[in-house]
Amino acid sequence: MGRYVIRRLLQMIPVFFGTTLLIFLMVNVMGDPIAGLCGDRQCDPATAAQLRTEFGLDKPVWQQYLTYMGNIFTGDFGTAFNGQKVTELMATAFPITIRLTIVAIVFEIVIGISLGVVTGLRRGRPVDTVVLILTLVVIAVPTFVTGLLLQLLLGVEWGIIKPSVSSEAPVDELIVPGLVLASVSLAYVTRLTRTSIAENARADYVRTAVAKGLPRRRVVVRHLLRNSLIPVVTFIGTDVGALMGGAIVTERIFNIHGVGYQLYQGILRQNSQTVVGFVTVLVLVFLAANLIVDLLYAVLDPRIRYA
Amino acid sequence: MPEQKPWDETTGSGAISGAGAGGGMDLAMDEGTTLEKTPGGPEGTGPAGKPRSLWSDAWRDLRRNPVFIISSLVILFLVIISIWPSLIADQDPLDCDLSKAQEGSQPGHPFGFDGQGCDVYTRTVYGARTSVTVGVLSTLGVSLLGGVLGGLAGFFGRGWDAVLSRITDVFFGIPVVLGGLVFLSVVTSSTVWPVIGFIVLLGWPQIARIARGSVITAKQNDYVQAARALGASNSRMMLRHIMPNAIAPVIVVATIALGTYISLEATLSYLGVGLKPPAVSWGIDISAASQYVRNAPHMLLWPAGALAVTVLAFIMLGDAVRDALDPKLR
Repeated sequence: MGRYVIRRLLQMIPVFFGTTLLIFLMVNVMGDPIAGLCGDRQCDPATAAQLRTEFGLDKPVWQQYLTYMGNIFTGDFGTAFNGQKVTELMATAFPITIRLTIVAIVFEIVIGISLGVVTGLRRGRPVDTVVLILTLVVIAVPTFVTGLLLQLLLGVEWGIIKPSVSSEAPVDELIVPGLVLASVSLAYVTRLTRTSIAENARADYVRTAVAKGLPRRRVVVRHLLRNSLIPVVTFIGTDVGALMGGAIVTERIFNIHGVGYQLYQGILRQNSQTVVGFVTVLVLVFLAANLIVDLLYAVLDPRIRYA
Repeated sequence: MPEQKPWDETTGSGAISGAGAGGGMDLAMDEGTTLEKTPGGPEGTGPAGKPRSLWSDAWRDLRRNPVFIISSLVILFLVIISIWPSLIADQDPLDCDLSKAQEGSQPGHPFGFDGQGCDVYTRTVYGARTSVTVGVLSTLGVSLLGGVLGGLAGFFGRGWDAVLSRITDVFFGIPVVLGGLVFLSVVTSSTVWPVIGFIVLLGWPQIARIARGSVITAKQNDYVQAARALGASNSRMMLRHIMPNAIAPVIVVATIALGTYISLEATLSYLGVGLKPPAVSWGIDISAASQYVRNAPHMLLWPAGALAVTVLAFIMLGDAVRDALDPKLR
């Protein structure tokens, strides 16, 4: 186990540097990092040159990248366009997005897995067909359309929720945005669970459990579900990163001041330090989530051994 | 992973799952099979006594699948109106009259007008061109790049494979929408090319992984070993023996991906970094409509509905093709 963790950690290193380098290049080579510093006007050449020297932008790109990474590892993520430290922005933005992501994942687990179990046990029945068609529709309608429609119906027409979330973003205001964020993944979780359950429902151990007279509930939850969850856990784990990155759309619709909002501002103001900083943290979250998923396998399925 | 054997137990359950109407439209692995479809079975031979190939077998399945027929018809319609939008819309999508802004349905303007006074019906029809172009060209680009790189890595293995695996890991670490914002925010062109380029850049690793796995499986087959023993060159083995047997999963994933690329283009356009006006795109229209949604919901509903139907059609087509092509499901 310990050796496996170490090997996985070592494998993460090139991926981490590759991803951050890619984002760094996108921001710094394709865009002009100082263009946003003089407000909406063009910088005059003398100021521009001075700013370039000040930020080290006259050095080769690889050197800039190394300096930036060096700073990050000492906890210095640079300054945002309004003079705030990027780390301060993160301290306010990440808790909000993490709350939103947790709400979304709870929806995925509770609704997705329940629907998957129900349909997996009743394959071919009307409930199965209806849920399958619904999941297809949810997958086909892009998140921003779902979000806008729910905002229109629940927020504006019926007044059940507030159309935009306040800046503290308490959990109760995040329920509908969380559902929107989760919607597509929810449909995938349902389908994945359904297939997995339907496959395992015919396994010998399930027949044994039924034959020895266990209550149906126990057969489903303890025997069937536990064995069917592995692909689902993989999906949800890798989805954590995608949800936090994809939250940018949901956050824009419901005006939530989370990671997506800050990133969007950073991109609009062409502030490379905000963008690269936030993306770097998101990449770390993504890698960590993948690692945790791999380690969870052993908990869910003792047959899996790590060499 | 515990061994998953979708085909071991299908014979017992074929009747049950095959009866489900949903069996034909499942995105996840599904075993909608019956015994008689087994290649080489009594019905596995054509009229000429020649064994049917995977492709003709798949085509026979597809022709009977209502999901395939409906989604193909929708897609055919979309393709026709994206080539000749004037067939059903005789106005100009950029011909707008501000005095009619946000007005509802009128004779000759069934969907009403948008915030700029443009005809929503015309813009919705013309938006199909953008979506279909982005979807088809991105999928072609992604399949070519991903298929070739993944296939080569799978064929040559070792160092190539390790390098490719790490590179795909890197691209998988970047959230797509986020990458799109960063990458496309610096582009000012209002054509579809930057969006297509971006989708190809971030999309190819997905296909590369599929192609790699599929080539590795095909490579171990006896007929490939036989070809190698007979002195076939690498290129002959790849093109004649491996590719025809490894391409099916790539086609399936690419078809489903086509729908998601259309959705991605609309999302990026909604965020203001995909296509930019004066391009006509459902994403742009939905984004513009979202400001007036309280007074004029029709501006949002028509392009959003068109987008949803289009994406749904491609995803369902991919689903049906998967059911027909995936030999594991037989």
